[in-house]
Amino acid sequence: MKAEHQTVISGVGQSDVGRRLFRDPLELTLDACVEAIHDAGLTTKDIDGIATYPGPGGEPPGFSGAGAVEVQDALRLELGWWSGGIERPGQLGAVIDACMAVAFGLATHVLCFRSVFEGSAQGGGGRAAVMPGGSNRAAPRASGFMEWVLPYGAPSAAPWIAMMAQRHFHEYGTTPEQLGQIAVNARRNAALNPKAIYTDPMTIDDYLASRVIASPLRLFDCDVPCDGGTAMIVSHVDTIPDLRKPPVRVEAVGTALRGRPSWDQFDDLSTMAMRDAAVQMWSRTDLKPSDVQVAEMYDGFSFITLCWLEAMGFCGKGEAGAFLEGGHNIARDGVIPLNTHGGQLSSGRLHGFSFLHEACVQLWGEGGDRQLTSNPQVGVAAAGGGPMAGVLLLTKS
Amino acid sequence: MAPRFDLPTPDEETAPFWAGVNEDRLLIKHCNACGANHFYPRPFCPTCWSTDVEWCAASGRATLYTWSVVYNNDLPPFNERLPYVAALVDLEEGPRMMTNVVDCPFDELAAEMPLEVVYEQVSDDPFVKLPRFRPARG
Ligand SMILES: [Zn+2]
Repeated sequence: MKAEHQTVISGVGQSDVGRRLFRDPLELTLDACVEAIHDAGLTTKDIDGIATYPGPGGEPPGFSGAGAVEVQDALRLELGWWSGGIERPGQLGAVIDACMAVAFGLATHVLCFRSVFEGSAQGGGGRAAVMPGGSNRAAPRASGFMEWVLPYGAPSAAPWIAMMAQRHFHEYGTTPEQLGQIAVNARRNAALNPKAIYTDPMTIDDYLASRVIASPLRLFDCDVPCDGGTAMIVSHVDTIPDLRKPPVRVEAVGTALRGRPSWDQFDDLSTMAMRDAAVQMWSRTDLKPSDVQVAEMYDGFSFITLCWLEAMGFCGKGEAGAFLEGGHNIARDGVIPLNTHGGQLSSGRLHGFSFLHEACVQLWGEGGDRQLTSNPQVGVAAAGGGPMAGVLLLTKS
Repeated sequence: MAPRFDLPTPDEETAPFWAGVNEDRLLIKHCNACGANHFYPRPFCPTCWSTDVEWCAASGRATLYTWSVVYNNDLPPFNERLPYVAALVDLEEGPRMMTNVVDCPFDELAAEMPLEVVYEQVSDDPFVKLPRFRPARG
């Protein structure tokens, strides 16, 4: 049996989500974890694995609500396998690791989680407070990669992704009006999500009127920092009789990184690492892009989602601009409904895991007001940008 | 003195690059074994693993690969220079590097436009120049 087919996602959970909750981040994390365990019909006694991104605490402030060890101790879990860390194929790389541990037999039910409190941590200081070496701290030693970008005022993902978008605009004639459809679509979907942060209607004209942060990216191309936790349980397929409901099946995963692992030295900066991860994922399944009925794909910046659309084959390389024109193809009743929860752009930067959460919710038909009436059977959850990308293809039981 | 974020922080491996810039030379690493040029500088050739690599002066000619006009950066001293152009340029010798494009109206920036290096002093003490690029003048 293919390794992926030994694994299922048996439950998901999510804490309260807010712009600034000022709550104990471990408590938020545990809210999500406990909800996921109950959703699967399991108890903490059943959980014998942990996988998380990015590991405990540290910089930038609010980037990690809890590490694996804190959660293990808080829930008194007895583990056969555990892992937490940032150096992996995107945030969902942690979940893919969990699938491998389950297929390998080291664990049967792995609790996967990701929590953030960037909203509270930034306080009134804005995003600068969590930039590398933020403006309220001493100048950092710009070693390694940063030595070659910081002197030129390119200290963070915003200008790096902006330069990639500009290259795409140059090579393929992509326009701001086309890119903006990703943000407009996210806002439209967020209005149906009770946990979303920004729900006021937004038109493409509103988008175009928002201030430029780093051309061609505008304010509404950037996700919104928040507080919250997301969790899911990866279980062995043999445990299906023990579960509360038919699980979501993992059909295939992709983790490849064949290009140079760099934000500025990757060979083709009109795309990113998802180019490689997606090719690998499709090589591990007989399903095709046209079989996918819902796509939840990372939007830390809108241009990252555009790259995912192309990489996953929902449109051809360089064709995302035309595909996005008018926004119909990615709408709820479109060719490939995209980010049905509002994405990180409008529902909050829960950082990767919310996409997998939402894909499972849609496949289970539990989306409430935001449930797709098509009741999708096949979905994609993808996370990561720049030199990190991980993707899962999911099917309904 | 307020912290500033635009000064390079060389280590043993990268010091020759920044020293070269202060003397108006743009140095890249060249492999004598296979002929490949590389960036960022390494003590060995990433193509053939030879350690027979040496610093060579690049011509300073480049083409613009891509860029962004940055309007938002709270870090000093960039917050006093907004907006500015962050750019990736392809050096004539092959490597791609991050830099700034200067002396060019934003609406005249275009991918593949020819550029030439210009060494701009950004600090008296310590004495620091940065390699930036402007539209080629011939
Ligand atoms: Zn060589």
